[in-house]
Amino acid sequence: MKSFEYAEPRTEEEAVEFLQDAGTTAVVLAGGTDLMGLLKKMVVTPDRVVNIMEVDSLKEIRLLPDGSLAIGSAVTLDELLADPHLADYGGILDAVHGINSMQLQSQGTLGGEVLRRPQCWYFRRDGELLDGRRVIEGDNRYHAILGNQGPAKFVSASRIAPCLIALGAQARLRCAEGERWCDVADLFQIPRRADQQENTLAPGELVTHFVLPPAGALQSATYEVRHGAGPDMPLAAAAAVLEFSGQRVKEAQVVMGQVAPIPWRADAAAEVLVGHRVDERLAAEAGRVAVAQATPLSHNEYKVQLAQTAVRRAVLRAAGLETGGF
Amino acid sequence: MAKTGYAWPSREKSRLLGKSHDRIDGLVKATGEAKYTYDVNLKNQLIVKCLSAPFGHLRITKLDTAPAKEIPGVVEVLVFPHAGVGKEIQWDGELLVAVAAESESAAREGVQAIRFDYEKLDVFTNEEDLEAAKAAGRTMRTRSSEPTTEREPGDDDDEDEFYEAEFKRLFDQCDVVVEGFYGIPVITHCCLEPHGSTLEYKDGKLRVYLSTQNVSGTDDGFAKALEMGADQVEVICQYIGGGFGSKFSPGYWGIAAARLAKSTGRPIKFMLDRDQELKIAGNRPSGYIKVRLGADKNGEIKVWDSHQWGTSGYRGGGVSDRVVPYVIQAPSRRVRATPIKVNAMQAAAWRAPNHPQACVMTQCALDDLAARLGISSLDVFLRNVKHISSRQKQEVYAAELKRAAELIDWKSKWHPHGKGPAKGSVVEGLGIALHTWGGTANNSECRLRIYPDGGVESFCGTQDLGTGTRTVCALVLAETFGLNVEDVRVNIGDSKYPPSGASGGSTTVGAVCESHRRAAQDALARLFETVAPKLSAKPDELEVGVGCIRVKGKPDRSLSWREACALLGLKPLEVTASHKRGAASPLSDEGVGGVQIAHVAVDRDTGVVRMKQFVAVQDMGLIVNRKTATSQVHGAVIMGIAYALFEERILDPSTGQFVNAELADYKLPRIGDVGEIVVDLYEPEDQRARGVIGLGEPPVISPGAAISNAVCNALGVRVPVLPLTPKRVLDAIRQANGRG
Amino acid sequence: MKDPGKSSGMHFHRRAFLQGSGAVAAATAISGGAAEAASRASRLVRSKTQITLHVNGSDHQVAVEPRDTLLDVLRYQLDLTAAKPVSSDGSSGASTVLVDGKPMTASTLLAIACRGKKIETCESVSSHHPDRICRTFVKHDSLQCGFCTPGFVVAVRAFLKRHPDATREQIRQGLNGNLCRCGTYADMIEAVVDLVKGGGNG
Repeated sequence: MKSFEYAEPRTEEEAVEFLQDAGTTAVVLAGGTDLMGLLKKMVVTPDRVVNIMEVDSLKEIRLLPDGSLAIGSAVTLDELLADPHLADYGGILDAVHGINSMQLQSQGTLGGEVLRRPQCWYFRRDGELLDGRRVIEGDNRYHAILGNQGPAKFVSASRIAPCLIALGAQARLRCAEGERWCDVADLFQIPRRADQQENTLAPGELVTHFVLPPAGALQSATYEVRHGAGPDMPLAAAAAVLEFSGQRVKEAQVVMGQVAPIPWRADAAAEVLVGHRVDERLAAEAGRVAVAQATPLSHNEYKVQLAQTAVRRAVLRAAGLETGGF
Repeated sequence: MAKTGYAWPSREKSRLLGKSHDRIDGLVKATGEAKYTYDVNLKNQLIVKCLSAPFGHLRITKLDTAPAKEIPGVVEVLVFPHAGVGKEIQWDGELLVAVAAESESAAREGVQAIRFDYEKLDVFTNEEDLEAAKAAGRTMRTRSSEPTTEREPGDDDDEDEFYEAEFKRLFDQCDVVVEGFYGIPVITHCCLEPHGSTLEYKDGKLRVYLSTQNVSGTDDGFAKALEMGADQVEVICQYIGGGFGSKFSPGYWGIAAARLAKSTGRPIKFMLDRDQELKIAGNRPSGYIKVRLGADKNGEIKVWDSHQWGTSGYRGGGVSDRVVPYVIQAPSRRVRATPIKVNAMQAAAWRAPNHPQACVMTQCALDDLAARLGISSLDVFLRNVKHISSRQKQEVYAAELKRAAELIDWKSKWHPHGKGPAKGSVVEGLGIALHTWGGTANNSECRLRIYPDGGVESFCGTQDLGTGTRTVCALVLAETFGLNVEDVRVNIGDSKYPPSGASGGSTTVGAVCESHRRAAQDALARLFETVAPKLSAKPDELEVGVGCIRVKGKPDRSLSWREACALLGLKPLEVTASHKRGAASPLSDEGVGGVQIAHVAVDRDTGVVRMKQFVAVQDMGLIVNRKTATSQVHGAVIMGIAYALFEERILDPSTGQFVNAELADYKLPRIGDVGEIVVDLYEPEDQRARGVIGLGEPPVISPGAAISNAVCNALGVRVPVLPLTPKRVLDAIRQANGRG
Repeated sequence: MKDPGKSSGMHFHRRAFLQGSGAVAAATAISGGAAEAASRASRLVRSKTQITLHVNGSDHQVAVEPRDTLLDVLRYQLDLTAAKPVSSDGSSGASTVLVDGKPMTASTLLAIACRGKKIETCESVSSHHPDRICRTFVKHDSLQCGFCTPGFVVAVRAFLKRHPDATREQIRQGLNGNLCRCGTYADMIEAVVDLVKGGGNG
């Protein structure tokens, strides 16, 4: 690790001040389960590390008067599992359970997980995010099958973001100038130039909270295809959020994970579901539609089927049906 | 000296041998008190971190270490002899410069500060593709073993032409001919404790805490490099965090550590980083094979013709053609092998060198024969027991096949390949494989002391890789003296003790059983001579009871162990005994067999394979400690599941970079991945009578083939190359469906 | 493309967030004053500094740089070497310790971030006074080379606290944060099954 300064703010204001001091590059440290490895590899070399784990307001889970649920970005994953408010957000819990390590769950935070840096072994080796040619000519078995036409070929690493996006969750951000709100979906972008990265945060900006809409009648699920039982990254994943009117789907959202440089909305797949009863055939059709535009690389065609299967099973699970498989 | 000769007590008379015992160092390990090489902190030590090659093949054009020396805390910088400007480096991760500093962070910052540049040279990594290797000029001369055929060429025959015609004739006579392609890529040892040492040079002496499988055999390497006598070097390894065949020598990094200790006058800790450990500190050769196998309609094999290729790294190599076909030999056979050179560190011995790969390369073909004929793989294996060529007897394999089949409930679970019931997208299958291994007893010497207060202490320069060597030594001594395990003190892991062989080839338990039993029997004979007059008997009329020495048949005439030892007077009784590898002995033997059956489930929609049950039937001569023997088999099977389903080295095709050299990317099974493992230690009287035979390696051989065969049985499709990842499974299914 | 924020039941306002929020007070608090500035300075550490770590029941004064990991400080300064350096990103679980009772990997924690926290390493017990987990590991031979074992022992402590009545299936599910290369998993499962039944007591 390169030497750095360490800041331990107690309030959000202090945090953004520490993050925005003139002349320093600063990074946010939450659970450290992603950042620490990158610091050691000197993929990330900040002047200052700002630890937000002592900021009380970032550690709250709070039901808002309108029934939506605010979750601080420093809330740990095991706290999500334990909190009764989360019980109705099955898709979030599915994703957290998938990170199958007590250590990662008790150390990792919601904010850190959502903003986890990209999954790409080239990036994690030397920090180069947009060397698309290297990925095309190299071993791209775990890389993107969608949204991969530009230089970014990595996959978005978050396992919770697809469900947050499918739920229509919003993020609250702070900077020295004040706060702003955006859809969680808008936290992500496919970078095309060296001055861009995979998220849309301005330098020094801090995500303080995620706000989930009232669970109400929403039924959500995440399905991850995982190679083994460990906490390793899934090979493909999908989140589905369904709202029913009687037996039929009234509203649907489907978002895939680990398939593109951003959590990948599969709106066409969601359209397939609306107005119908969910059954195996309909879910399979949603899966097919979800990957219809896939552009696999030389070594990852198998991921098309995995993504398709993930969508199918996420939809079935969200509808309360058997997913099949193990 | 023992007049009666060395022998093990019978099963009935064994109080401790063959029973289950806790390992004596278990609590020290479980509580974290055990000090591994990485854990030894010497006062004032410096930490070494290294600059390593960032590309698979390069020539160094610039190497300026001066900036590293400017970093606060950096004390010394050493450029490895192979790494000056102008030198060619053949693989990613090769160490170039070592930086010794006051802390890890300072050492890493020093590494970062080195100004280094290089010219990229041509890279080749595609070992799976023989034609690509040929085109790249990376193949070496193809080796052909002398074919074995019914007829032999006459003096006037052109040999090549003769054999072509002869093999054509032999295959034509077969009822069925199976053609297959199988492969098993390079994996790494991935020791959780990386290679390295903590050492100090003081007053002309070098004391090395070395993570090694070879306590008695590494002092020379250090001594030579530092031009000192081997007796001035002490190598210590009380605990080692995994070796698996990769930790026999000091390594060039060990030598560099010693040089740094000498030049700085300070203790040095030099442990490899995780990615360096995977890249340069040990890997297993790959093997790919094209097979033609001819058989009769009952599945009895007649002809084998194969061409294999693979790599051990930048010097070629690959899986030895001498173990192909593996264990089951076709009466007529021909084997060719083409080594391929890739840009990677040369391989090291990996738990049962060559055998796991050869087992896959042979026994997957045998299973495909069963699939082709639509008959049970068990029947095919049983029918071919007569073609087994092994140091274990055919009838033992037959018995073990039957036991394994019973334990997995073959009869009710088996179905023809691809014809099982599907539960949604999930199908299940069974697969068999069998293996052999030597496991002879290595050289070993034991110095044994019996103290007048009754204490017993042994000294032996062996090491415990985690198999429970200390406990085995203690059991043998305690059994011989009628004592309990906690009554004896075992000292190992130090090169100042009498030498004992390296732990490779499953030779350690046999070795220490030999030396400790011999020493103990010799010492007991001496003690009997001392004690006999007091009991008014002749020495050969005495025997050991529990905690006592007594006259045979007269239990009332006895002395307690303490009373007996008190008769030694003031001086302890000291005995040294040894065993020489290969010498015939009633205490040990070599040559085991073993049969394994895997039961898997496969999700056809995701390609994910899950272990349901795994049965391992293993013979091993005489069992010393049933508990640690069983866990050895458990561990070997799990390591087998690792290379069957998860791990492989992935080299980037254009840069030669080892892209999955961190544990987040190098896939290994976790506790939820191993299913249920059933171990059956096969120890009938005739096997027990052979004495001790090594066990560490044999059970790691069959899992690859057994699991591959089980997946094939489930799907009705061969996934040709291990590990059977979702990608490979889906690719194989797609290809079989004609859409690939 | 649909805007999920406009879907029915998926719309809400930031006003709701501010209602009754602690953040309201925080957001409107006026910062300033000398005391405030001083305390802020104390929360910015620029170089090596003296801190107190509370490990296994006692306080230790150590000098750390901001970048020093808890693992390095435990191993090099306190000579507590049960937690092992196996992976740089914590994926092996070999450096597992309990921080305020929760299992975390010391290799991915900054030591300086552990001020004021209760740290418990595997060494909180000893071979002379082992706990029942260590004893049961030995009984079932749930260890071979032993390098990963302390990490597992600490993980099992945390696991049993949360799941004292764990089923075999929960055990297979719950201990995947740790890696073993020797293959002790099968014997580890038996040990934890035994522990759930009360094994290792006495």
